[in-house]
Amino acid sequence: ILYKQPSVLNGRKDVITVTPWLAPVVWEETFDKTLIDAIYKMQNITVATTVFALGKYVQFLKDFLESAERHYLQGYRVHYYIFTDQPEAVPMVTLGANRNLTTLKIPGSSRWQEITLRRMEKLEKLIDTQMINEVDYIFSLDVDTKFYGHWGAETLGDIVAVIHPGYYSTPRDEFPYERRPESQAYIPQGMGDYYYGGAVIGGLVEEVHKLAKTCRTQLDVDKANSIEAAWQEESHLNKYFLYNKPSKILSPEYLWQDFKSKTDDIKIIRFSQVIKNYAEVRPNP
Amino acid sequence: RKDVITVTPWLAPVVWEETFDTTLIDAIYKTQNITVATTVFAPGKYVWFLKDFLESAERHYMQGYHVHYYIFTDQPEAVPMVTLGANRSLTTLKIPSSNRWQEITLHRMEKLQKLIKTQLTNEVDYMFSLNVDTKFSGHWGAETLGDIVAVIHPGYYSRPYNEFPYERRPESQAYIPQGMGDYYYGGAVFGGRVEEVHRLVKTCLMQLELDKANSIEAMWHEESHLNKYFLYNKPTKILSPEYQWQELKFKINDIKIIRVSQVTPNLTEMNPDFLSDSM
Repeated sequence: ILYKQPSVLNGRKDVITVTPWLAPVVWEETFDKTLIDAIYKMQNITVATTVFALGKYVQFLKDFLESAERHYLQGYRVHYYIFTDQPEAVPMVTLGANRNLTTLKIPGSSRWQEITLRRMEKLEKLIDTQMINEVDYIFSLDVDTKFYGHWGAETLGDIVAVIHPGYYSTPRDEFPYERRPESQAYIPQGMGDYYYGGAVIGGLVEEVHKLAKTCRTQLDVDKANSIEAAWQEESHLNKYFLYNKPSKILSPEYLWQDFKSKTDDIKIIRFSQVIKNYAEVRPNP
Repeated sequence: RKDVITVTPWLAPVVWEETFDTTLIDAIYKTQNITVATTVFAPGKYVWFLKDFLESAERHYMQGYHVHYYIFTDQPEAVPMVTLGANRSLTTLKIPSSNRWQEITLHRMEKLQKLIKTQLTNEVDYMFSLNVDTKFSGHWGAETLGDIVAVIHPGYYSRPYNEFPYERRPESQAYIPQGMGDYYYGGAVFGGRVEEVHRLVKTCLMQLELDKANSIEAMWHEESHLNKYFLYNKPTKILSPEYQWQELKFKINDIKIIRVSQVTPNLTEMNPDFLSDSM
C-alpha cells in the first residue's frame, strides 16, 4: 500500500499529540487512515458497542444508529448492544454488512442519576456473560449523541478515554472532580491529568472489564455510604483513569457538544452531544 | 514539543526529551517489577568497547530497574570487571570467532533467537539489543519500553525516503522499493516485549538465511533486514535520535539531549576491518 512518507519534524504543532506517559492523543492529521486500516483490517476484529437508552432517551436511538452506520468503524465488524427498558421502541435501522444489533431489556428508573450509576454494573455483567470470547474491543457510548465525521480504527487501543470538550483548556483545580473525601471518586486538589468524558469509554474487552468492575465497586461503596459523586459515573471514571492511565486518548473531536461553537483546534467534529431539553427527557430534574 | 513529531501516523509515540515525565513513567513501571534483558555482541576487537559501554550504562541506563546484561563474545576472558548496581547482573556467552560480517550478522540473530527461546522467554519482560560501540551520556529509562521499539537513525531523520539506504535489489529479502518507507531505523537499537522481539529475530533470521542461500548480502546487513521488518510490522514506540547519536555529528536544535552515542574507536588499537557498518 502506498501512503505519504511520515515526517520526523512536521505535524500538528498546535496541540499535544502525546501525553507525559507517552499515550498518543488522537487528532485529525496525526494519523493516516490507510495505514491504520492496513494494520487493523488484517486482524479481523469485532468491536462491541454498548448504548443505554432508557425512558425518553429511546428517541435518540434513531439518529445515533443511522449516523453510526455512516461514520462509525466503517468496514469493521460491529455489534451494537442496546440496553433499554422499552425494547419495542428500538427503531429498525438498516445495518451494513458484518454489523448487528442486540437489544437487552433492563428495568427503568425514575431518577436519571440512578440510570447513570447502574451502567457500570450492566457493562461488567455483559462482558462477563457474553463478550470475553467473542469480541476484541468494546466501546461504551452515550446515546444522546450523533456521529458527524469519521470514527475509525485509530480509536482502538488497550484502554481508551476521551477528553471532555468542556474542560480541555481548564486547569485541573477547576475540573469538576468529586472533591469530598468521603466518596470513592475523590480526587484532591493538585492532582489530575485531563478531565475525561463519561460519554466514551473503550478498549480491549479485558481492560474495559477491569474498569467497569472497579468503578462498579467504588459506586457500591458510595451507595452504602449514601453518597453520590458530583457527576456520577464520570467522577468514578476520572478517578479510575488517574490511577490507571489510558493507553490512548481521543481528542475532543471525538466528543463535542452541539451547543458549543467550533474552535480552531477542532478541525473536525466526529461525535457530538445533541441539544436537548433536559426537562423533557429526564425522568427527574 | 512543537518542533518535532511526537506521534507517528499509526499513532505510535516518538520519544523525545520533554514529551514524557520520568516520575510518572517510573510510577507506572516500577510497580510492575519488570526485568529488562540487554544483549550486546562484542566479537574480536569489539571487546574494547565493553568497559565504556557497561560503565556508562551503570550510570544512565534503566536506573532502578532489574537489568540483566548478556554479553556475547569470542573472548570471555576479555570482558571487563565492571561494578554493577543492585538488581543488575551480567552473563557472558561464548560465541565462535569469525572474520566475515555476514557470518557475524547471521550469528547474532541466531544467538539471539536461541537465547530468547531458552532463557529469556520465561524470565524477563522486556529486552533490548544494543550495539557495543556506543556509550550512554544521558538518561535512558522506562520511557523506552513498549511492545516493539525501534530507534530513528540519526543520519537520515530529515531525509526523504527515496534517499534511505534501504536494500534496493529485489533479489534480497530485505528489498524495499522506491516510494515506500516510514523512517530509517538504526540497527544499533531494537527492543520490546520478549515475544515481539522473538518474532522480529525469527523473521530477520529467515530473511538472512534466504539471502545467504542466494549468495546475496544486504547493503547494511542486519539493519536492512530490520528496516524491512519494521516497514511491515510497525513499531509501537519509536525512540528519537537522542537515543542513538553519533559523536561525529554536531548537535542540532531538535536534539536537546544525547543519551547514547557511537564511540569513535582508537584507530591504533582497532583492526579497521572490524569498524562498524552503517554508523
